[in-house]
Amino acid sequence: MARKQSISVPDHVRQPDPMATGVYIIKRVIKDTHDTFTLELAAKKPSARKTFLPGQFNMLYVYGVGEVPISISGSPGDLDMLVHTTRAVGTVTKAMRKLKVGDAIGVRGPYGTSWPVDRVKGFDVVIVAGGIGLAPLRPVIYYLLDNRDKFGKIVLLYGTRTPDDILYKNELKKWRGRFDIETHITVDRAVGAWQGNVGVVTTLIGKAPFDPMNAIAMVCGPEIMMRFTALALQKRGVSDDRIYVSMERNMKCGIGLCGHCQMGSEFVCKDGPVYNYDYIKNIFLKREI
Amino acid sequence: METLERVLKEHPFLKGLEPRLITILVGCASNVVFQPGEFLFREGGEANSFYFIRSGKVMIETFIPEKGPVAIQSRESGEVTGWSWLVPPYRWHFDARAVELTRAIALDGKCLRGKFDNDHDLGYEMMKKFTAVIADRLDATRIQLMDIYGPQAKH
Amino acid sequence: MPAKKDKTNQAVIRLNDLSKLFDSLIQNDYEILGPTVSDQAIIYDKVSSPYDLPKGIIDRQDNGQYRLVKDESQALFGFVVGPHSWKKYLYPSIQEIWRAKKTKTGFGIIENSDKPIKRAFLGVRPCELAAIAIYDKIFMEGPYADPMYKQRRENSLIIAVNCTRAGGTCFCVSMNTGPEAISGFDLVLTEIIEKDEHYFIFETGSETGTQILSKIPHKEAQENNLKAKDKAIERAKSQIGRTLDTNGLDELLKRNFDNPHWQTVAGRCLTCGNCTMVCPTCFCTTIEDSTDLTGSLAIRSRKWDSCFTMDFSYIAGGSIRATAMSRYRQWMSHKLANWQDQFGTSGCVGCGRCITWCPAGIDITEEVRIIRESENIENTSIKARM
Repeated sequence: MARKQSISVPDHVRQPDPMATGVYIIKRVIKDTHDTFTLELAAKKPSARKTFLPGQFNMLYVYGVGEVPISISGSPGDLDMLVHTTRAVGTVTKAMRKLKVGDAIGVRGPYGTSWPVDRVKGFDVVIVAGGIGLAPLRPVIYYLLDNRDKFGKIVLLYGTRTPDDILYKNELKKWRGRFDIETHITVDRAVGAWQGNVGVVTTLIGKAPFDPMNAIAMVCGPEIMMRFTALALQKRGVSDDRIYVSMERNMKCGIGLCGHCQMGSEFVCKDGPVYNYDYIKNIFLKREI
Repeated sequence: METLERVLKEHPFLKGLEPRLITILVGCASNVVFQPGEFLFREGGEANSFYFIRSGKVMIETFIPEKGPVAIQSRESGEVTGWSWLVPPYRWHFDARAVELTRAIALDGKCLRGKFDNDHDLGYEMMKKFTAVIADRLDATRIQLMDIYGPQAKH
Repeated sequence: MPAKKDKTNQAVIRLNDLSKLFDSLIQNDYEILGPTVSDQAIIYDKVSSPYDLPKGIIDRQDNGQYRLVKDESQALFGFVVGPHSWKKYLYPSIQEIWRAKKTKTGFGIIENSDKPIKRAFLGVRPCELAAIAIYDKIFMEGPYADPMYKQRRENSLIIAVNCTRAGGTCFCVSMNTGPEAISGFDLVLTEIIEKDEHYFIFETGSETGTQILSKIPHKEAQENNLKAKDKAIERAKSQIGRTLDTNGLDELLKRNFDNPHWQTVAGRCLTCGNCTMVCPTCFCTTIEDSTDLTGSLAIRSRKWDSCFTMDFSYIAGGSIRATAMSRYRQWMSHKLANWQDQFGTSGCVGCGRCITWCPAGIDITEEVRIIRESENIENTSIKARM
């Protein structure tokens, strides 16, 4: 049974005011799909630029509208550009989508626990992403590819609703062309000329080329997708404590003080969002917890 | 025949099946190749075969008049496709179209049905395997139905 | 910060000299906040003299009931706790976090240069001291601290009052939080009314407390005074009418996550959230961002929130806790079980407010008892079937 994760909070976030908001400028806006977009941000003051770990999130503030938690989706190695990918589904994200290059946006963070990049040396790494779940996992892929010789096989399994919902198409193309990472994509329903895989992402797990005895899996997507993915990974022989998931809950403060993100005794914003599946699996079975 | 036996032995679907039983299957087996665009079977046709896919990709689809061909699920190497030959009235419910050059081993359904009737051990072992595959497909289909990435979904 | 009770500083102050306490506090620039009657309840508000205190008034509290009645004893602190708790001043219901101005290059956050206000909390009950200690842990000792709470806390003088009469819904004894104040105060008072004597025993708990006491005419407390104090507190203890068995409570509630009794409570609970508003340890808030009409000024505020609302657990797609059952279970499980994992203590201080102010009269001590008993019944019926 995995021990409760302890978090170490970097000093710049701890003192003096964890609610302090930094001002960032939008350098680039990318329309990924009909409802998903990516913002590339640069700190207004270079000294304000902060490092982050893959899996962490920031609270992004749209002036006068509100604040939402968004996972960081860029490279941890890139200190100049802070990247966030999000779906425009609510008041704040819809307002965020209207922002243009040169506009200012508030950033608080980074908050939360990270994917276990320190644990995976020597292992095969299986990344299973569903829908926008690829966004919080992309920093891991960057990190793995930047340190390629430290890991065994790298397998990326990615499922979306339709081919139009596939994120980061250009990067995926590049990754599919590489020999040091296996990329498999599937869609729930095909439209038009799609000749690739059709079926839920869990169907890719059975025959993915990794050694279940020596693999660590990182899974991100809708909760139900993570549940079924864990089942499929277990079927393959991956043990529960080698599976990691990323949970999502309503967050207002991001620092464990507003109470909204609670899941049992967990504050998802600071005890998560990344969890070892062995530790958190009982939560999945409890309805409305 | 020898080559077929080796290929069948190594196919993931038949993992664990007694060599004696595999030899029986070989009696109904043949090597097939499908060009991209070629159909393995058509909806409504007599279902008298199933396929062990060795390489390539097959799309299970149906044609809806206003929409055109709608893909249900895809099948790749290491998987099997087609089980309507097991269930009366033995007619295909969907189309199966090769999307890439696809090599497969085709098993004659009529031949197999006869063999199962005679050798219940073989029949039982194969039914167990098919049931597992059908259960997986059912799970996957149900998740597809839930439309988890839809506009109302969390992500 | 107040330290543990200093037993050598025990003084007797006559009723007539109590106003000197107020004078001393005002001279030291304290805004005095204490119990006073308003809208048929005893609330915490600005007070400037003993005449503002609810003399001769006590409260009658029960499930979903609160009433003030006149009492012959003429005590100044004969009542217990009302709908307010000290979170009103330590963690106010609306708190501005920052302001931002629109600029040519976007927006800039304006530094807050408000000076801190010194406040004296007069009449803090022992259960409330426990609640404040819990808040200290949450807002100052975690990995993320709240500088606004810290500032208010450091500028608050705590004058506690020992309870000499138990309230109708109190269960501090079960939660080990009263009726006597042990620590966490600058001064603690015990009101003694005997035959024709009416005085207060003052005990200090900090340097500041000692300093304030020195400004008030007093005599050293004698043994008979201290005996009277013990007797008064014992009386309060004996009047406590409710108990909450905390034995293995967090495992009990976690084990009973699927207990059908939650559904029964849900049938009564209106999810009105009153309990969360009056509870001295509830701390859930929401962040609200707004602008003025021109949009040139943006304000971020923090407001009290309640886990009983549908919005509370909402993420794109719907609420995680959609049913009333899940929200009641969340509140009670958090308060009595999860809090232990999160902060190392119970979240409940036994003040009884949630029982008094619940329009459906739901009693948290009763709910625990029912869940405990449902396990015994199960075991009994299993045995019977064997």
